[in-house]
Order: sequence, then structure tokens, then C-alpha cells
Amino acid sequence: MLNIKITKICLNVAAALILPAAISAQQAEEPPAKPSPTMESHIGGLSGRSAPGGDLYYRYCWGCHGARGNGDGENAPWISPQPRNFIPATFKCRSTPTGTLPLDSDLYDSLTRGFITTNMPGWATLTAQNRADLVAFIKTFSARWVTDKPGEPIPVPPEPALSLDSIKHGKALYQKLECWKCHGSEGRGDGPAANTLTDSNDQPIRPYNFYTGYRFKCGTSNSDLYKIFMTGLDGTPMPSFADVVKPEEAWDLVHYLRTLQIWHQSPELALWESTPEGAAIVKAERVRNTYTGNPIHP
Amino acid sequence: MRMKHIFMSGLVLVAASGVAVAGPKPAGGTISGKVTYEGTPAKMKPIDMSKEPSCAKMHTTPPLAETVVTGAGNSLENVVVYVSAGAPDDAAPSTAAVFTQKGCRYIPHVLAFQVNQEIKIANEDQTSHNIHPLPKLNREWNKSQPPGTPPITEKYDKHEIFPVKCNVHPWMHGNFAVLKNSHFAVTGDGGAFSLANLPPGKYTITAWHESYGEQTQDVTISGSESKTISFVFKAKPY
Repeated sequence: MLNIKITKICLNVAAALILPAAISAQQAEEPPAKPSPTMESHIGGLSGRSAPGGDLYYRYCWGCHGARGNGDGENAPWISPQPRNFIPATFKCRSTPTGTLPLDSDLYDSLTRGFITTNMPGWATLTAQNRADLVAFIKTFSARWVTDKPGEPIPVPPEPALSLDSIKHGKALYQKLECWKCHGSEGRGDGPAANTLTDSNDQPIRPYNFYTGYRFKCGTSNSDLYKIFMTGLDGTPMPSFADVVKPEEAWDLVHYLRTLQIWHQSPELALWESTPEGAAIVKAERVRNTYTGNPIHP
Repeated sequence: MRMKHIFMSGLVLVAASGVAVAGPKPAGGTISGKVTYEGTPAKMKPIDMSKEPSCAKMHTTPPLAETVVTGAGNSLENVVVYVSAGAPDDAAPSTAAVFTQKGCRYIPHVLAFQVNQEIKIANEDQTSHNIHPLPKLNREWNKSQPPGTPPITEKYDKHEIFPVKCNVHPWMHGNFAVLKNSHFAVTGDGGAFSLANLPPGKYTITAWHESYGEQTQDVTISGSESKTISFVFKAKPY
């Protein structure tokens, strides 16, 4: 009798000791998170749903981005840079820090404006509701939309008044931060490292050429430009400078970068050209190549 | 009498279990050995750093690429040897793993650390680097680090081994190994490794090399025995 009781106690104690170990072993074997088949998007007052978004995707998008969203559509082999693979959920144009998910509004804006120097057109022809639904559907491809939250948007302080000092300081920063290593000393995208650059899939990629046109990959405004180098374009060689550039310095850099766009009339370029130094630099840039009249392919 | 007996037995058991949980881990077994290669490894080319004079002048002779680093007796360096199955996940240590950019090289070439362990990335060069790790499972980020800026602190939350590169200096290439437990080693000169403090059990040991791939071996440890295993990679001449 006594023996049985003791055995029982022993078993209970043993079970209490073994059970937690068994549970922790189970936790270690936990399967990886799966993408959610239904997602929503919220852009301002607009809400999108993935179900109608899917219908749109399999009409307009899958030819390049592929049936499973991994960028292997039937047009993909003829396209450079390659269509975006939605499975890692890495996106170039964000208002959030490097390595974080973008806001729904970032995806919506990218979809609306398209990407210059790539095959991705702007989809402003679709209704706002259509685009919101597509954003929701794109989020069904990656489990990161289930496990992670979009990053906290980086703060963009109000733009200070333009001044010559600001442009000159921006010019010094362009040197100091070694932007010229890729973008070239005149911003033509021909720096010493330019022809070695590859994206995260080992495909060749060119740095932005400020000489051509005025649109950027991620927008057209000064605050878009601010966000581009502060967030970095994830998946490309363009890193984030948020940890190394102070906000007021960032605006100086924005003002200088505008002066590199010598065929785009801007307050920054006008002010820069009003100085002997700036006028000489801009003039030299303009006569170096014969302008053909086409801002995209001069 | 009976009740007292049972009570006492229970106490002894509880006390014993308390010791087992709270006390220091028993000194376990050790798996050690050496990683070698057979065949002819590719000849490493000297790196032309002339586009980055501040780095070029830090080397008296041009350094060699590090995709395959070999030593005496066909030993193979920069191999991550780790327990891939059989050991529970460990909590991350409080010390940070340090990755340094010096002379436009990564030191160490392969940095192994644990899931959620802090890593510190320092730039000791007089030039800007961008640190661009290329994970597939973890989140991908890319940060600029001009000279004289403080170290970048980061963490990874999933087990994965992936390359790290600097886009400005295309020859700069390293690896991060994010591992689930503390039983790992990266082979250095001589190709030797040692995984200590392994409680009795059956383990899968994985050896990973950036050019030659991955190998696994199952090893059973009983008591505090020491076992010796070896990994032999087939070298590719190109």
C-alpha cells in the first residue's frame, strides 16, 4: 500500500518535471507563420479588401508579379529591374525606417505613381477603391503582414526656408556622406561604384541620375526626396541615412540635390544659378552634353 | 506513521527536483573535431582596393578574397559548426557580438550569434560603408555608416545564415549566422571546433561553409563523454 502511494507521488512529481520540458520542445518546433488569405488596407478614410483586390491582381498585375506574387510572371524574364517579389515584403518606397513594413498609404502611393526607369506604370487610371483593394491583396502574399506591424513613420520636420548656406552645406554633405561614390560628383549616377551595384537578388541596378528629369523613384516633392535617403530604398543598394544625418542637415541635402537637376526649374536651382559659383557649375554641366529636348533620355 | 513517511518522501523529492531546476547545469559532454577539405580549392584572388585609397594603404600587400580560407593539413576556416537539432533554444546572452569594418574588410568574415542577441557593427575606416545584410527570412535593412559614427546595433529574430555586403565596396562580403542555441563554433586557423556543455542526448551537428554548402552528422552523447567527429568538404577548383 505504502509503496503504491509513494510510486504515485513519484510519478506525479516526475510528470510535473517532464511536462514543462515537453511543452518547451513543442514551442521550438512551432511551424512558421503563414500569410493570411484575407487582409484589409486603410488609406486615410479609404478601406480596401483583399477579395476584390485579388480579382484585379489576376487581371492587371500577375503578368509581371506572378500568380503567387513572387515576381516570376511570364513577362518577368524581359524586365529589368525585375518585378517586385511580394513574399519577403521588402519595399523601396516607405515612410517607415529601413527594415520595417511600409504603411498602406506608402503602397497605395507607389501603386498610383508607378516607378520611373522601370516597367511598373502608374495605376492612377484605376479608381481609388480599386487601388486600396489591390494594396490589401498584395498583403496576402507575405506572412510578415501577420507577424509584424508597419514601422513608425520617420518624422519629417517642416522644411526650413531656402538659403544659399543651406545649399552649400548640402553640397558639403554630399561629399562627406560619399553620395558621389554611386551617384557621381555631378549627380549623373556615374560614381566609381555605380557599375558594380546589384540589388538584393544580385541583379544589376543603376543609381539614380539627377541629371535626367525631376521625378524620383518614390515621388516628386522635396519631402519625398527627404524620405528617400532617410528611409533608404530597401532591396536596393541605397541605404538609410537616418542614423547619421540630423533632420536640419537632411533638408540642406535636399536643397543641394535639387540643384543637380539642371533641366528642372526649381527655387533651389534658381538661387544656386544666381551665384557665380553655382552658375559656373550649372553652365559647365549643361554644355557638357548636348541636350536633346527629352528630359528622360537627353 | 505512514502519513509521515509519505510526507517525508514527498519533501525529499520536491527538494531534489528544486536542486535539479535551480542548480548549475551538470558539466555535459563535448563534441569536438576538425573541418578539412579534399580536392583543390579555388585560388583566392587579391582584392584591388585602388578605388578606395584610404583602405588600400592599410594593407602592405593586397588582401585575398575570403570565400575559401584554408590552412595547414587541408584545414578549412570560416565553417560554422552548430547543434541544429536536439538542443533546446537558449535565451540570448547579454553580451553583444561585434562585427568590425577595418581596411574595407569584415572582421570576422563569418559572425555567428544567437537569435535576439545584440550585434554591434563598427566602422573603423576613414570611408563611408553601407551595411547591407541580405536575409530571406529575417527583415532586410540597409544602413549607411560614415567614418566616426557610433556602432550600429541590431538583432535578428529567426534562425538563418545569410550574406552581408557593402554596396559601395563590392569586394566586401561577409556572413551572419543567426543560431537558436549557444552550442556553436566558427572554425579558425587549423579548422578545429569544440561544442561543450552538451547534456546527454542525441544531437544533429551541422557544418556550414559559404562556398561548399552544408553537412550534417548525428551524434549521441551519454554522460559527460567527449566525442570527436570530423567534417570533410569537397573543394571546387572554381
